[in-house]
Amino acid sequence: MKQFLRRFLLLDLLEGLWVTFRHQDTRLITTEQYPSQRPAVSERYRGAPRLNNHPETNETLCISCNLCAVACPENLIVVGSVRNAETKRKDLVTFTYDLSRCMFCGLCEDACPVDALELTQDFEIASYTREGLIWDRQALEEGPRPTQYRQ
Amino acid sequence: MTTSPDANELVLNMGPQHPSTHGVLRIVLKLDGERVKSTECIIGYLHRGVEKIAENRTYVQFAPYVDRMDYLAAVSNGLGYCLAVEKLMNSVAPPRAQAVRVILTELNRIASHLLWLGTHALDIGAITPLFYTLREREEVLKIFENYCGARLTTHAFRIGGLQYELYEGFEQQVNAFCDQFPAKVDEYEELLGGNRIWRERLRGVGVLDAATCKRYGVTGPMLRAAGVPWDLRKAQPYSGYEQYEFEVPTRSSGDTLDRYFVRLDEMRQSVRIVRQAVANIPTGPIMAKIAKVIKPPVGEAYVSIEAPKGELGYFIVSDGSTHPYRLRVRPPSFVNLQALDHMAKGALVADVVAIIGTIDIVLGEVDR
Repeated sequence: MKQFLRRFLLLDLLEGLWVTFRHQDTRLITTEQYPSQRPAVSERYRGAPRLNNHPETNETLCISCNLCAVACPENLIVVGSVRNAETKRKDLVTFTYDLSRCMFCGLCEDACPVDALELTQDFEIASYTREGLIWDRQALEEGPRPTQYRQ
Repeated sequence: MTTSPDANELVLNMGPQHPSTHGVLRIVLKLDGERVKSTECIIGYLHRGVEKIAENRTYVQFAPYVDRMDYLAAVSNGLGYCLAVEKLMNSVAPPRAQAVRVILTELNRIASHLLWLGTHALDIGAITPLFYTLREREEVLKIFENYCGARLTTHAFRIGGLQYELYEGFEQQVNAFCDQFPAKVDEYEELLGGNRIWRERLRGVGVLDAATCKRYGVTGPMLRAAGVPWDLRKAQPYSGYEQYEFEVPTRSSGDTLDRYFVRLDEMRQSVRIVRQAVANIPTGPIMAKIAKVIKPPVGEAYVSIEAPKGELGYFIVSDGSTHPYRLRVRPPSFVNLQALDHMAKGALVADVVAIIGTIDIVLGEVDR
C-alpha cells in the first residue's frame, strides 16, 4: 500500500526534483565568469614557460647547460650558445621553445639546475598561427602578458 | 559495404562523430528494424602509437605519455607505469610516497567515476546530474592542480617516488572534500537511483554474467556488478593497499543498473581509503634512492593495478639500456569494449547508447 501510494503520488520523481530546487540557492553558485573574472591557478601550475633573468643585474640566469633540451620528451627546446674566451663559460645566444608541441610535463623545469627555465602560472597562450607558438629568447624572457579584457 | 541477402537488414554506422560514443568510436550496427542483430567496433581513430613512442623515449621521458591514454584517470596510469619500472629496477617507493600515491589515485577514481556518471546520465537523458558531478570533480581537480600543477594530464608521480612534496594545507583540503562528498553521492542516488525512470530504463539492459565476463577478460566494475568480488587492490595489493580497510562492492545481476550501483559504492569506498591514508601519512623521504639515469637490468616485468575502469597492466621488456625495448599496455577499456557485441545483441538501438556508456570507455586508451 505504501509502495502504491509512493508510485501513485510520484514521490520518487518529486524527490529528484527537490534536489534540483535545493540548488537554486544563489550561495551555491560556483560558476566563474571567466574573461572578466580570472581563476586563481595554483602556485605550482605548469603554464607558459619563462626564462628568468637575475632580478638585479638583469642578466640571464641560464648557463646554457642544455639539460632542459635533453630532458624534454618532445625535443622542442633548442639552446644556442657560444664559448666565451675570457670567462671560459658558455654564453647564451638563442633559446627556442616550441609551445605547439609542449605537453607541459614539467621535466625541463625539474632538470634546470639554476631555476632559469620556469613554467609560469599563465595559461592564456593561444595563438592564431603555428609560428606564433614558437617562442624565441626575447619572448621567453619578457614572459607572458595576459590580456585584460575588462575590469 | 556489402549488401545483405536479407532485405530487412539495415546497416547503420554509429559514430565516429556520434556524441554518445564518448570519443571517436565507430560502431557498425546490423539492424532488423529497431533490434540490433550484431555490432562491429571499428577503432583506431585516436591511435598515436604510444607503445612505439615508448621505445624511442627514456623511462623518465615516457612517463607524461601514459597520462594521455586514459586521460580521465591519468594518475592511475602514472602509478601503473611507475610501479612497473620500479619492479624492473627492484626498487620500492618510500612509505610516504606510497601513501600520497594511494590518496591521489583514489581521488582520481572518484573523479573518473564522477565524469562517467555525468556523461552516462546525459546519454540516457538525465541532464542535471552532469553539472553536479562536474562540480564535485572540480574539487578533486583543484587538489591535483595544487599538488602537481596540472588538472588532467597530471604527471604526478615519478619513477621511484614523487617529484613534489605535499603543499601546505593538503590534508585539510582532502579532508574537506571527504567530509562533503558522501552527502553528494547520496544526492546522486536521490536524483538517479531513486528515480523510477532511471531504474526501469537500465534494468536488464546489457546483461553480462560472470562466466561471460571471465571469458572476455572483462574486469573492473563490470565484473564486480556480475557478482565476482575481484579487485586487484585486495587480490594482489600494491603501493600499500593492504594497510587500508575497505570493501569490494558487488552486485549480482550484471546489468547496467547494477554497474551504476557498483560505481557509486566504489566512490564511497574510495572516500574511506582516502580518509585512512590522509590520517596517517608517514614522514620521511618521497623519493627512493635510484640512479639519475634510469637503466633497469635486462629483464621483463608486468604490473597490473586496479584503475577506475578495470585492470590496467604494463608489461615492459628491458635490454639494459635507457629506453624500454618493448612496452605493452593492457588497457581496461579496450578489453571491456570487446564485450559490447555480446551485450548489444538483441537490444534496441537506444540501448546501445546505454551499453556504451556503462562500459565506461575512454577512446584514448582503447586506441592508444
